[in-house]
Amino acid sequence: MKEGAGSPAQLFRLRGASCAGCVNKIERALQQVPGVAEARVNLADKTLSVRGSVSADTCIRAIENAGYGAELATVSERELREQQRAADRAHYRDLLWRSGLALGLGLPLMIWGLVTGEMSVHSLGQQLAWGLVGLATLAVLVYCGGHYFTGAWKAFRHHNASMDTLIALGTGTAWAFSSLVVVAPQLLPEVARHVYFEASAMIIGLINLGQALELRARGKTSAAVEKLLSLQETKARVLRDGEDVDVPVDAVQPGDRLRVRPGEKIPVDGRVVEGDSLVDESMLSGEPLPVRKTAGDALSAGTLNKNGSLLFVAEKVGAETRLAQIIEMVKRAQNSRVPIARLADRIAAVFVPVVMIVAVLAALAWFNWGPEPKVAHMLVVATAVLIIACPCALGLATPMSVMVGVGLGAEHGVLVRNGKALQQAGKLNVLVVDKTGTLTEGAPRVTDLQADGDERELLRLLAGLEQASEHPLAAAIVAAARERGINPGEVQDFESITAHGVSGTVDGRAVLLGNGKLMQRKNIDIDRWRETAETLAAQGRTVMFAAVDGEAAGLIAVADPLREDAKLAIQRLKKLGLEIQMLTGDNRAAAEAVAAQLGIDRVYADLLPEDKARIVGDLQADRRLVGMVGDGINDAPALARAEVGFAIGAGTDVAIETGDITLMRSSLHGVADAIELSRATLRNIKQNLFGAFIYNTLGIPIAAGVLYPLTGSLLSPVIAGGAMALSSLTVVSNANRLRLFKPSEVTV
Amino acid sequence: MSLLVNLSGLALIAAIVWWFQLLKRSPAADKAAEAAALIVVRDGIYEPGCIRVAAGRETELRFLREDPSPCAEYVVFADLDISAQLAVGRETAVSLPPLTAGEYEFTCQMRMYRGTLVVT
Repeated sequence: MKEGAGSPAQLFRLRGASCAGCVNKIERALQQVPGVAEARVNLADKTLSVRGSVSADTCIRAIENAGYGAELATVSERELREQQRAADRAHYRDLLWRSGLALGLGLPLMIWGLVTGEMSVHSLGQQLAWGLVGLATLAVLVYCGGHYFTGAWKAFRHHNASMDTLIALGTGTAWAFSSLVVVAPQLLPEVARHVYFEASAMIIGLINLGQALELRARGKTSAAVEKLLSLQETKARVLRDGEDVDVPVDAVQPGDRLRVRPGEKIPVDGRVVEGDSLVDESMLSGEPLPVRKTAGDALSAGTLNKNGSLLFVAEKVGAETRLAQIIEMVKRAQNSRVPIARLADRIAAVFVPVVMIVAVLAALAWFNWGPEPKVAHMLVVATAVLIIACPCALGLATPMSVMVGVGLGAEHGVLVRNGKALQQAGKLNVLVVDKTGTLTEGAPRVTDLQADGDERELLRLLAGLEQASEHPLAAAIVAAARERGINPGEVQDFESITAHGVSGTVDGRAVLLGNGKLMQRKNIDIDRWRETAETLAAQGRTVMFAAVDGEAAGLIAVADPLREDAKLAIQRLKKLGLEIQMLTGDNRAAAEAVAAQLGIDRVYADLLPEDKARIVGDLQADRRLVGMVGDGINDAPALARAEVGFAIGAGTDVAIETGDITLMRSSLHGVADAIELSRATLRNIKQNLFGAFIYNTLGIPIAAGVLYPLTGSLLSPVIAGGAMALSSLTVVSNANRLRLFKPSEVTV
Repeated sequence: MSLLVNLSGLALIAAIVWWFQLLKRSPAADKAAEAAALIVVRDGIYEPGCIRVAAGRETELRFLREDPSPCAEYVVFADLDISAQLAVGRETAVSLPPLTAGEYEFTCQMRMYRGTLVVT
């Protein structure tokens, strides 16, 4: 094999190729290009597939030199989905047509049997008439159910047995027995000369109908991914040589400069170079309010530019964009296995051969101990057992619910990494929450300012002083001044006094800012501010005293404000039965004040970053199931250690990589949503599994005839076929019911 | 006659167990196709159903789904947490990370389509 032949193929759409001669010419032209390992033209759809280490442009040039036109054919995920839906629609119509045809034959035959009761062969005339019906049924079996037979045969050759095996065996046995009755009735006792052609046709018709309806219902299970895919833009406007050029989004390279106009979607991830606009990011972050974007701000593919024009430079394209990664994660999670399904998986693996054995045993039991006509009874029970057993319901029970559950999570801004995380989230009993950035906004702000005289003047002096400091609290004071339109003063002789505060001269005035100890050290009387300071500290705020020219001038309090919705979210989580514990590097007094405000059960304060994972481990040693909520950056080890790590990071790449569950919205409500969703999905899976187990464990014995002593009749294989078709449809429909899930609400 | 029917029934059961369980468990590695082979998804099976890949190396498997039935829509490597949606009538490449030696099953969502990845 040539080097590069195993590499993925590049596909080109050809122009001007119309005959076998063109095919040879194009293929020869490509084969002369260095790096091409293989070039194949498909004349039917006018495409060229090239393998090897060669650029698309080189290939296109070679094709153009050969006298034809070509362009790189890129099939986006969205196009693939659309093609899939089109294929599904065609398959749906095909199944309905086949079903109609089979039922068109089976139904009149069944009515004839019910009305006249004449389904037996006792004369030459009946032999001929039923012989014709037998041939018609054979045609129906081949045309409407041929795929079951080829599927069963192929599976058989591979030592596999599938649903096709059961359908083919059931309908084939009924047809073969009936044909034997028609061809050689003398081989069978008179009472057993009954034909079952109607059963074969009806079963094939009902199963095709069930599959058609199931196909419809299944389409809805992937609605969430389709919604995400629809966010992807197909075209982008790139700046080339000073002009705007529309190109397919796949052709955008990192570093390209792109323009988006009002009302357009951002095509790739990038950073604004020029312009000012509001961008609706709700589809990715869950934040309902549009965000203002100006030069230097990051843009995400799939978000909507509202009112201004933006020029930005592409940073991440194709599969690298955040949206593409989210879609990929959702798709992967939708197909991951849930631990609860292991039993069903084990049963499904041996289900069909076991059902075949049960069918043989049931037939033997009727042969040995059943009443006459034994042969007919044997046939009815064997067929009914084969047909009623439904491995599909069992196999579909979990994947369908997981698909809907994971997709639904994505719609609510909850990205679940895999089925295991989805299952475990519902079982958690302790939730450990990192305070900064999770319960609080993660950006300290000035909350209180009190002064003996002019507050604005005091703030101007303090901001001037703090301009020289690198402390996060200093940044809050400078920001507060700027917000109020105050220009900070000029500082000289700045000094930072470790663990106490700062001092300096601002516009010729000696300014001091720090804690009580600093004031004491400088002999400044702060008695009149002490009470206010204590009240503020009890509310979790960091209080600093200010002195100007050796006299107490006021105080300033800084706090990392609590997120507005933190309290309600904690209430929701507690209602869900979780104990909430808070981790923070802050001092105990401030931490406890926050905990008291929010109703948090336990607080770990004065922590170093490495302590967090240890605390999670200690809780686990106590046999607690621990969920950890953090920002995904500082808390990665603790997130990884917990049973379920919830990464809050407004959907940053880091959060997507570290969390078992990533919350697109920076809110604890996302955790509550995830837990409720997990419980709802698990409930749905259990309903499905229970339904499938019960259906099979009740259905198979009934089909085998255990109720015969009570009812005096056997289950008709036609009813078995209907029940089977209905069972998998029920599972898919029940999974779709999960789409009605709504997160709970707590009001104050 | 009665004995014959009963013996036939029991023989049939033995045959089912032998064909679907015992023979299936025999090592398939020697019959495995190379990873470069195109895996056709049709009529309830993956063909070839057993693929051999080298351990410790990234691999790409190519699937061609010819079966429009929704059962064939996804291929799932449950042990590897990898899955792919297969487009009808089009090749779909599935990239696998370097794997340690062993057997890994790949199935449809309902585990009716079954194939084995033999990593040696």
